[in-house]
Amino acid sequence: MNRQGIRIERLSKRYGSGDTAFWALKDVNMQVAPGEVVGLIGPSGSGKSTLLKCLGAVIDPTSGRMTLDDQVIYDEGWRVRDLGALRRDQIGFVFQAPYLIPFLDATDNVALLPMLAGVPNDEARRRALELLTALDVQHRARAMPSQLSGGEQQRVAIARGLVNRPPVILADEPTAPLDSQRAMAVIRILNDMAQQLQTAVIVVTHDEKIIPTFKRIYHIRDGVTHEEAGEGRGLG
Amino acid sequence: MISLAGRDILHTWGKFVFTGIGLGLLIGVTLTMAGVYRGMVEDGRVLLDNSGADLWVVQRDTLGPYAESSSVPDDLWRGIRAMPGVVQAANITYLTMQVGLGEQDVRAMVVGISPGGSGEPGWPPQLVAGRQITRGHYEAVADLASGARLGDRLKIRRNHYTVVGLTRRMVSSSGDPMVFIPLKDAQEAQFLKDNDAILMQRRRTEANPAFNRPAVPDLLDAVIASQTSNSYVNAVLVRIAPEFTAQQVAEPIRRWKRLTVYDRAQMEGILVGKLIATSARQIGMFLVILALVSAAIVAFLIYTLTMDKIREIAVLKLIGTKNRTIAAMIVQQALVLGLIGFVVGKITATFAAPLFPKYVLLVPFDTAAGFAAVLAICVLASVVAIRVALRVDPAEAIG
Repeated sequence: MNRQGIRIERLSKRYGSGDTAFWALKDVNMQVAPGEVVGLIGPSGSGKSTLLKCLGAVIDPTSGRMTLDDQVIYDEGWRVRDLGALRRDQIGFVFQAPYLIPFLDATDNVALLPMLAGVPNDEARRRALELLTALDVQHRARAMPSQLSGGEQQRVAIARGLVNRPPVILADEPTAPLDSQRAMAVIRILNDMAQQLQTAVIVVTHDEKIIPTFKRIYHIRDGVTHEEAGEGRGLG
Repeated sequence: MISLAGRDILHTWGKFVFTGIGLGLLIGVTLTMAGVYRGMVEDGRVLLDNSGADLWVVQRDTLGPYAESSSVPDDLWRGIRAMPGVVQAANITYLTMQVGLGEQDVRAMVVGISPGGSGEPGWPPQLVAGRQITRGHYEAVADLASGARLGDRLKIRRNHYTVVGLTRRMVSSSGDPMVFIPLKDAQEAQFLKDNDAILMQRRRTEANPAFNRPAVPDLLDAVIASQTSNSYVNAVLVRIAPEFTAQQVAEPIRRWKRLTVYDRAQMEGILVGKLIATSARQIGMFLVILALVSAAIVAFLIYTLTMDKIREIAVLKLIGTKNRTIAAMIVQQALVLGLIGFVVGKITATFAAPLFPKYVLLVPFDTAAGFAAVLAICVLASVVAIRVALRVDPAEAIG
């Protein structure tokens, strides 16, 4: 597949109708290239979560166009029949809290996605272990989520987001519960994996510590985005 | 694909096991209730089997001798014995009463059996200890459930009886143990009055000019003698020759003796369809209520277990898990809960059944039907939880 990242053109989202209509997103344009990590920042209520949900095919945009790699997935309506499969195979999610499945060990938490896609269990677990090794948590592969530290849980969650090698990863405040050192480690991991797997990564954050690490930042306020260059420092 | 339900159960096995045990006790009560009903029916059948009769000849237009009282003269059996197709005919009396045993008394069905020995209709077919009654008075054969032992003395009305033999599973349709005594003693026990009552009755008879006629001096003695004796029994049990059908033998008795005759199927219908019908409906209502309570409990438990996992379900839906996979996970958990509950319930019922005062019969069909019902209830009970799970918005995982 030809990796082209994600491209959004004039994406809008309206809640309600008539006098109570509220535009949460207004003609948002965004493009993230494969291997690139961009920041999405803005105050509360600015439309960050709405944009993330639209990108994640969790809610329906009102208008606009979205392209993932060379596939148009939304153009004034969804162009993909099975949004669940789209989320499973082409979009990786990393949340503020890891939200690991508590009754699966670290390996199966990661392997679950390929298994859901029909990959045999052994192959799915092999892929999961590969990623856990890359993220340096292979020694905790058989541990249950409750036995993992916060940083380990977040790395397992990142592995889960990456395991199906999606063209885009949506990370919602992935460093919020972590201290500076661990937060920087997570951002470094996301950058490394983005490079290795040629994945476009969008990080929603309030975290002042990590904002300077982005080379490109999208500011969002009242549903309108504008792009600016970031400092891109601190990742070595 | 791994079993999400299995992993969740293994992860929280303690919760499942303890919940299953709680549910199992309820299922155990349900199975036991079904066993109580089966036991009542079985007691009725055992009563008929142990009587050794093919026909029951009773007072006309009564459902005797078990479901209603019935009185027929005690010399009737001779005429019946001479009817075509009759091999044996024997008088029998039944009286459910309190029987004194040591310092205590027990509820028992006292059966008066006619002389003739083992093999006669009405006699206990086999003993587990001792011997059959050989004397005309004051000997008894008692069922083990009465608590009597060989050599014990039973008090029936004013008389004492020595237990010379013991039987097992000889019970009335109510489950009361049987005590067999000679027919004459049983006839006396049915109508025996205390001395004061006898004296007062004599005085009343003497004061009646219709009975106390100076011109007929023996009339008063004859009337008093007839009042102090009982020449009635409750039924005549008949055994028929193999070459005759029950109807072939019963019809002439009905016609010529002007009595009611029941064959085995009719008597079973009276016992099961009439005598224990109300109890059966009562138990049926209990079973329905218990099934509804079980369903409500399973539904609540599965709903609670599902609500505890709403966030995980949202994550699963967000990462593309199909609705049917999530529904299957909930149904499988409900079924496992039902399975644990059923196993616990079956064990509970099996060990609790012998502790009940009445016979509790756990039949394989009821067990299989109960198992199917539990699984069906679990599947139905998981519907609410599935509806909740399928309505979970994957966006909840993002916040």
